[in-house]
Amino acid sequence: MLNIDNLHATAADTKILKGLNLSIGTGEVHAIMGPNGSGKSTLAHVLAGRDGYEVTDGSVTFLDSELLDMLPEERAWHGIFLGFQYPIEIPGVNNTYLLKAALNARQKFHGEPEIDAAQFLRVIKDKARLMQMEQSFLNRSVNEGFSGGEKKRNEIFQMAVLEPRLAILDETDSGLDIDALKIVAAGINALRSEDRSFLIVTHYQRLLDYIEPDVVHVLAGGQIIKSGDKSLALELEARGYDWVLEETSSA
Amino acid sequence: MPAKNSEVKKLVDKKYRHGFVTDIGSDTIPPGLNEDVIRLISRKKDEPQFMLDWRLKAYRHWVTLREPDWAKLDIDPIDYQDISYYSAPMQNDDGPKSLDEVDPKLLETYEKLGIPLHERAALAGVAVDAVFDSVSVTTTFRDKLADAGVIFCPFSDAVKDYPELVEKYLGSVVPYRDNFFAALNSAVFSDGSFVYIPKGVRCPMELSTYFRINEAKTGQFERTLIIADEGSHVSYLEGCTAPMRDENQLHAAVVELVILKEAEIKYSTVQNWYPGDEEGRGGIYNFVTKRADCRGTNSKVSWTQVEAGSAITWKYPSCVLRGENSVGEFYSVAVTNNMQQADTGTKMLHIGANSRSTIVSKGISAGHAQQSYRGLVKIFPTAHNTRNHTQCDSLLMGKHSGAHTFPYMEIKNPTAIVEHEATTSKIADDQLFYCRQRGLSEEDAVNMIVNGFCKEVFRELPMEFAVEAQALLNVSLEGAVG
Repeated sequence: MLNIDNLHATAADTKILKGLNLSIGTGEVHAIMGPNGSGKSTLAHVLAGRDGYEVTDGSVTFLDSELLDMLPEERAWHGIFLGFQYPIEIPGVNNTYLLKAALNARQKFHGEPEIDAAQFLRVIKDKARLMQMEQSFLNRSVNEGFSGGEKKRNEIFQMAVLEPRLAILDETDSGLDIDALKIVAAGINALRSEDRSFLIVTHYQRLLDYIEPDVVHVLAGGQIIKSGDKSLALELEARGYDWVLEETSSA
Repeated sequence: MPAKNSEVKKLVDKKYRHGFVTDIGSDTIPPGLNEDVIRLISRKKDEPQFMLDWRLKAYRHWVTLREPDWAKLDIDPIDYQDISYYSAPMQNDDGPKSLDEVDPKLLETYEKLGIPLHERAALAGVAVDAVFDSVSVTTTFRDKLADAGVIFCPFSDAVKDYPELVEKYLGSVVPYRDNFFAALNSAVFSDGSFVYIPKGVRCPMELSTYFRINEAKTGQFERTLIIADEGSHVSYLEGCTAPMRDENQLHAAVVELVILKEAEIKYSTVQNWYPGDEEGRGGIYNFVTKRADCRGTNSKVSWTQVEAGSAITWKYPSCVLRGENSVGEFYSVAVTNNMQQADTGTKMLHIGANSRSTIVSKGISAGHAQQSYRGLVKIFPTAHNTRNHTQCDSLLMGKHSGAHTFPYMEIKNPTAIVEHEATTSKIADDQLFYCRQRGLSEEDAVNMIVNGFCKEVFRELPMEFAVEAQALLNVSLEGAVG
């Protein structure tokens, strides 16, 4: 589904990604872990098309299209979703309204009719229930006055409504207490399916107690330096990153 | 990415949809202003003596005045002798008796502007007075309104048909001595709307006036007077457009609202005069004096304005809260793009006890535009237990626009509670990116964020116009980010 080949990217003239390779198959869940400043969030942002990064080398194909040529919204229409580490507040813009506009923009891109209002309402009610969100959330302004946990739940709720092909979740677990973490994880698990892939960026193993990844990668110094199964996450939790870094530098 | 983004910039050309000119014969007097011109205007309108006398007094006062220079506006000098003060589309001497006699070109003009004047095609529940350059073309639904006792007619008709009302109230809220532009307007005003809502009547329809400047080198000086008698209620809306021209045109209007005991006026404006091009060539100079006098107990006025057009806007719709428990509200969205300049705000003058006022001002500045909020809250010694809440938010787009706030407060009564909140923010890249990541195009994302910013004001507009205002905002800011 996603193929990243030798990706180099800079932000403000600082090299951050230095030849990153990563391949995610359809239906797979990949977790990316790594020390602070290793480039995890940069990778998420570059894939979603955020301004402020320059790709200096390499390529990314997503569902047979060249991802880096697309505008952020085009990437969304093709099925990329980014769950933000710090979801943005947009005063006066109704949560539901944003979602409906987003869905309809995608429908239009694919030459399909607009979503029927009644059907849309049913979908958002279902998904809100999944995320244990009150109905009142839906009519509030996007993230405005939400607590940290509410914002993260709202991200997963949006993902559930938009049904992306690839969900990139940037530290969705940070700042969550254990109850909120369980709700968020349950939401993500409910969306796992054969034709949807996940790239989960996280600092901590604890999210992976609830969401079982197929592959765990260690990102350090702008490259994937080690990949393994879920046991790698446990090992990192127990031993930290130093041993991986040493292993790589001695190899 | 940057290369792709610039494609969005192809939308940068600001589209002004109402910039066409109607090719119609007109009776336009030569440029210049003196007492003879004023006599000529008065004669053309067949006015009673009191009206001419008042105009002349205003003129004689005006010549002693100088233009105000305290606003944060950079204005090329205006040559008042180079403007024509009266222009009317050619028609029979008596003016059209019914719509059938109105020149089809005029009807077509309003059709094109989205204001059908045939009653069967008109917006349901909205009566329209259509003012074209210096004269009113027609007023719809006059008969239906008359059944309810409501008078809604061109100002020039009111001068002849209801001279006692006009003489009693004209200049009673905005005296001709008020300021430079009010004095000029009082001397040369040509037409406008007159509304009288009798005691206890709730006006059965929305009333609206649609102002159109067509002729080159003319100014428009309309005057609106609305009287809401005791216990009455009316909602009134005005809209304005003009053709695209390279030279600046002057618009200096006066609006007076008289609100008696228990009465309420809701006055909404969607101002979309031609703003000039991207380089700042052309556009309307909009100098407007609007004031409401809440004379009776429990009277209420609510100003809602969406100011999107004009090269220069100088406008401070104000509330004189004389009556006990009277209420004044001011909701404003002002948008300036390219080289537009606006200095706008309100005055709340609390005289009556327990009077309350609310100010919500939303300013959006893009391109090289400069915008100022200027507001005065004055609590007189007589005004016990009054309250004011002011909220003043500015949104900047791009790197070259400016927003300024000049709030003044004069509080002479210790029981008053006055609050002021102000914010200035930039339309944040992360907000845009968030919306685009969800699948909105850049333009749609900007529109959604800006409309969210203005929501508190838009919800005060009558339904049909809220939609229009939202669309207008989107057009005005096209290409502002990119």
